[in-house]
Amino acid sequence: MKHRYLPMTEQDQKEMLDTIGVSSIDELFSDIPEKVRFQGQYQIKPAKSESSLLKELSQMAAKNADNKAYASFLGAGVYDHYKPIIVDHVISRSEFYTAYTPYQPEISQGELQAIFEFQTMICELTGMDLANSSMYDGGTALAEAGMLAAGHTKRKKLLISGAVNPESQDVVRMYALGQSIEVVQVPTKDGVTDIEALNEMIDDNTAAVLVQYPNFYGQVEDLRKVEAVTHEAKALMVVSSNPLALGILTSPGKLGADIVVGDAQPFGISESFGGPHCGYFAVTNKLMRKVPGRLVGETTDEVGRRGFVLTLQAREQHIRRDKATSNICSNQALNALAASVAMTALGKKGVQEIATQNILKANYAKKAFEAAGFEVVYQGPHFNEIVVNVKTSITALNKELFNKGIIGGFDLGKVDENLEGHALIAVTEQRTKEEIDALVQEMGSFRA
Amino acid sequence: MGYSLPELDIPEVDLSTLLPEGLLREEAAELPEVSELDIMRHYTALSKRNHGVDSGFYPLGSCTMKYNPKINESVARFPGFANIHPLQDEETVQGAMELMYDLQEHLIEITGMDDLTLQPAAGAHGEWTALMMIRAFHEANGDTQRTKVIVPDSAHGTNPASATVAGFDTITVKSDENGLVDLEDLKRVVGDDTAALMLTNPNTLGLFEENILEMAAIIHGVGGKLYYDGANLNAVMSKARPGDMGFDCVHLNLHKTFTGPHGGGGPGSGPVGVKKDLIPFLPKPVLVKTEEGYHFDYNRPQSIGRVKPFYGNFGINVRAYTYIRSMGPDGLKAVTEYAVLNANYMMRRLQPHFDLPYDRHCKHEFVLSGRRQKKLGVRTLDMAKRLLDFGYHPPTIYFPLNVEEGMMIEPTETESKETLDAFIDAMIQIAKEVEETPEIVQQAPHTTVIKRLDETKAARTPVLRYKKA
Repeated sequence: MKHRYLPMTEQDQKEMLDTIGVSSIDELFSDIPEKVRFQGQYQIKPAKSESSLLKELSQMAAKNADNKAYASFLGAGVYDHYKPIIVDHVISRSEFYTAYTPYQPEISQGELQAIFEFQTMICELTGMDLANSSMYDGGTALAEAGMLAAGHTKRKKLLISGAVNPESQDVVRMYALGQSIEVVQVPTKDGVTDIEALNEMIDDNTAAVLVQYPNFYGQVEDLRKVEAVTHEAKALMVVSSNPLALGILTSPGKLGADIVVGDAQPFGISESFGGPHCGYFAVTNKLMRKVPGRLVGETTDEVGRRGFVLTLQAREQHIRRDKATSNICSNQALNALAASVAMTALGKKGVQEIATQNILKANYAKKAFEAAGFEVVYQGPHFNEIVVNVKTSITALNKELFNKGIIGGFDLGKVDENLEGHALIAVTEQRTKEEIDALVQEMGSFRA
Repeated sequence: MGYSLPELDIPEVDLSTLLPEGLLREEAAELPEVSELDIMRHYTALSKRNHGVDSGFYPLGSCTMKYNPKINESVARFPGFANIHPLQDEETVQGAMELMYDLQEHLIEITGMDDLTLQPAAGAHGEWTALMMIRAFHEANGDTQRTKVIVPDSAHGTNPASATVAGFDTITVKSDENGLVDLEDLKRVVGDDTAALMLTNPNTLGLFEENILEMAAIIHGVGGKLYYDGANLNAVMSKARPGDMGFDCVHLNLHKTFTGPHGGGGPGSGPVGVKKDLIPFLPKPVLVKTEEGYHFDYNRPQSIGRVKPFYGNFGINVRAYTYIRSMGPDGLKAVTEYAVLNANYMMRRLQPHFDLPYDRHCKHEFVLSGRRQKKLGVRTLDMAKRLLDFGYHPPTIYFPLNVEEGMMIEPTETESKETLDAFIDAMIQIAKEVEETPEIVQQAPHTTVIKRLDETKAARTPVLRYKKA
């Protein structure tokens, strides 16, 4: 054998060539024209043994500062949360992770039922009628929601709140470009969507209003006001939501959302330098047949036993081809499984408790910053993030914090010049009182 | 119940003083309430009702269901890869950026392209990303009339769907009697409105498009771009590079050829490689190497923008990198050689028992037709279900669309002759059953945990979530 992954022996190779009726493997490539045939070998690094590769890559990994070694206050869409140990044990079962999309339901009931449970739990948290099996991430899910809204309403404009995660806003604009849909940003006021401005901007060409709940600044938007303006104009209300916050917040579904999307990363999924995470996509019944991606439905077999299948596939690219409204094929199934395990472990009580802890810890940090003389700029209700006006270079501050074992907050000056010197501080349940106190103290002495 | 949150080490505050009325949820989300053991038993039971590559042979055509090396899983879980935040200061994530950069370098060499982005999340996402770059390229040249993307009739469904969501109209080009793109038809459909031709090579029949240079000349001759769907790269590594065949851009499926596991349908990773004249349009940020270290460059005025938050599915890219470094140049060459040898061996042994529409050397996969069996009243679907009784995942069926009752078989290089022979024997037995006892096949499967499911019912009266009775 040439390699531990390649079982071919010389004897087998000889027998197989004989059966085919050729004398060498090269003959099987004779249909590749001489002119395009690759000569020689790839100029890439030579193969490494298991032990030495593990050593090299662990050294490479060790060059990165991870959130187990540092106290991280960085959020802005990706969070360090409690990940129940069992998540990794479940997703490491190779019956799950070495399978493909469950196209053969008789031997894929495990995956199908797991997705059905994911869909169910997402519905419960969002207050929506149905959810799909997952999207790439929160950003692309929001973009697809915008495209769905434009297709459904046959209108060509999206209004997106300035308090939506800026990276997600970029992705929405990118998807819209392909479909020739206009994207207009609604300004913010006091860290939330400016409802008066929204009211003035919305018109009968507006397909949807896209807001985030809790928003990019950690503020909890008043969706009732957004809903009134949006539905008055017969546009769809699209809400991007951190599903963990929905453990305690009134669900967007209850507040009139037509589409709720977001990223399930806070539920048991590693930060992993930004991906893979796990987008989710939930809608009301009337939009059921326009949902992108895969849906799992319950049915029965020939003898009446309950079972699950991929369903309503006429929506999808492999059937509709150029008439499909989305091209998504692979999604994030394994991460949807991880999120399901985490949601199951937390359960009805745990999800309330973890969401509550986030609010309380962020509130504790807010009070501590204020007591230390910092201005916390937005005073509305918040989830687990607050904006602190440090009045100094956040880059320099974060370098100093890093030397003290702390990964500081996100530098808002990078996305909004009016917020130079402001840090977006995320405080999850993972941060201890001691770490929060240390952060406030270090930031105080840096400023002084 | 099955959780253990950190102790709340700060004073408790009544939430109603922090959240105004109406924001505090009145009804709790109905999530399960079970112990850790019961959760493990639940998911263990589900896993037993699921077939993966580790469970048995999985010759699902076009999906490259090869072995997923375990070292990949270990490396992706190193704290320094799994627990880092995408917005950390660049100095604190140099190891991750080094890995990304080196992976890009390796993929550039493997594809013969000039530059590459790791941002797209999956194959279809990569297709769309590349088409948006092609669109930006034409627009930058004032070529706004290029509204058409040409796709062969044998193409993956994502190709035309990606063209549509990138704002193009799709034109289909026919296959000829050899299963290859019909050059005359291609000449007929191209013009000054051609933006690009999307092509898989080898194509979905597993056949190498021998006329690739002529096709490239036709497309380039009218000012269009040639796009390579890298789903089938496993067939040509070290044998032919898309960049040398005349392709201007290529997407790869790192979860296929490069063993990021399929995960039950994702996450994948769909990097896109490009030739020089498309480089300015790459999504941003672009990863650059400087004397001070690695850096994300956002100052890219012609960039199409951002196709995904952050930098792609890093965790999958770590797995692909680990795989490439485990294989090296000789290993990757052997991968392709054995994948093609395995496919040809199976094809020749099965040829007497089924119809083979295109009788020539295949590459990493081949397509049989079940029309002989259909005449006897047994459909390809039935034969696929019968394979379940033998413990196999069936091939891809009814695809590509230009083969009647098609069965698309891709063994991959990680299967032994012993495994292939056992599968071939099962297929031959099924062919025999079709002639002698067709009802056994028509009523299959017989041994699975559940029989055929009522898909019509699922679609007519959709039940998409659990509700308490």
